[in-house]
Amino acid sequence: MSRATIVAREIDVAALMAEAQSSEFGAVSVFVGTVRDVNDGRGVTAIDYSAYTSMAESELASIVSEAEVRFGVGAILVEHRVGALAIGDVSVAIVAAHAHRAPALDCTRYVIEEIKQRVPIWKREHYTDGTREWIDPTTSRGIATA
Amino acid sequence: MSTVTVQLFASYAESFGGSTLEIPLAPHSTVGDVVESIRSLPGAFFLPKSLRVAVNRKFASADQLVDPTDELALIPPVAGG
Repeated sequence: MSRATIVAREIDVAALMAEAQSSEFGAVSVFVGTVRDVNDGRGVTAIDYSAYTSMAESELASIVSEAEVRFGVGAILVEHRVGALAIGDVSVAIVAAHAHRAPALDCTRYVIEEIKQRVPIWKREHYTDGTREWIDPTTSRGIATA
Repeated sequence: MSTVTVQLFASYAESFGGSTLEIPLAPHSTVGDVVESIRSLPGAFFLPKSLRVAVNRKFASADQLVDPTDELALIPPVAGG
């Protein structure tokens, strides 16, 4: 079982875990990304996530397919949220299930690292001083816009 | 001469002030030719030296041929997670 989706609602991590679990799996690995209140020393109040949704879901599906082959996981579910997120909100959840822990753990790590490299999703941080910037991981600073 | 529509997202859409660009397309044009045309537009100075382009929702190389019906997109540095 595999599924990878861009969603514009809250991510229900417990529901994803329940969906992935099966009596044949001894390990369910979960990675959850959340919005933190500081980045690069600046206070963050919120983040807007946006995506090129059709390509993002296509790339996520490719990553999930690669992960299934690479780690032999029995179930892998991925949801990435877009829209206006508050501090503490879940932005991404990855759930991988396998008979044993090592492939499940390796799978979640692989998927989040690939998401950060190739899935067209962007985030604009809002700061405590009232400014906002698009985050550019290829530079040390973001891109200031009006 | 035909044109191709290029989708813009995030910081690129804000910097260009719109969600698409219409770029003239000569026969046998490549992704690299389209990028060159975009770089010549007023206000394109902000674009990085290395520019990622998607054709029909897949990352494309500079030598890939472009058809007017293709779905092109400029992909700003991704920041998911």
